[in-house]
Amino acid sequence: MKFTRRVLLAAPGVLLLPAPTRADQQRLAAALRDFTGGQPMREGRVRLDVSPLVENGNAVPISVTVETPMTTADHVRRIGVFNERNPQPNVITAQFGPRSGRAFLATHIRLATSQALVAVAEMNDGSFWSQRVEVIVTLAACIEG
Amino acid sequence: MARVLLRVPTMTEKGSVIEIRALIQHVMETGYRPNAEGVLQARDIIWTFTCRYDGEVVFNATFSPAIAANPFIAFTTIATQSGPVSFTWEGDNGFTQTETRHITVT
Repeated sequence: MKFTRRVLLAAPGVLLLPAPTRADQQRLAAALRDFTGGQPMREGRVRLDVSPLVENGNAVPISVTVETPMTTADHVRRIGVFNERNPQPNVITAQFGPRSGRAFLATHIRLATSQALVAVAEMNDGSFWSQRVEVIVTLAACIEG
Repeated sequence: MARVLLRVPTMTEKGSVIEIRALIQHVMETGYRPNAEGVLQARDIIWTFTCRYDGEVVFNATFSPAIAANPFIAFTTIATQSGPVSFTWEGDNGFTQTETRHITVT
């Protein structure tokens, strides 16, 4: 995260945020375990792009890219995105193959509050790679229509 | 029929990687929001999106209530041959919609 003026201005808000409860963390861990089937997850290769400071949690653009040539021998099978503090930990799961050309996915999501997002990629060799990003949300989704 | 915005190149070179963007009009009601009477509104989301091209499913995504209203999705595929590219959305309450675009590969 870059320390721009915006992030600095949001800093007092961050300090007042309640820390994620143990239940939130356990739910996220359980969702990740479901996705990986208990296999170990390594940091790297996956790049989850999302603005560190979100003004409107109702539609947050995110994109996921994975470093891979996307050939028959080396490609991404699945990408999953998970969150820590929405009512449900799952966001999106997508399936890829050598015909995808690139391991790329973009969508718009809802964020109920400031929290962590995790993107996980399953490679065809069965390894799992991930990236975790902390996001600050100023206007939360799910509060009002 | 919900309104759909699709961006698919109409002409492209064989073997090139094309980016496809798809957006469909849908409330994506989460099932966690109370209505004016304070009663939770039933979930009404699109839960799957599939793209078929050249006789194969080239992309498939499973959505959750965390996907914003009017779900937008962007992905890539390799242009293999001229033909139709079909997009199918399926969701709660029997929602299903399929759109087709033709792509010319040279």
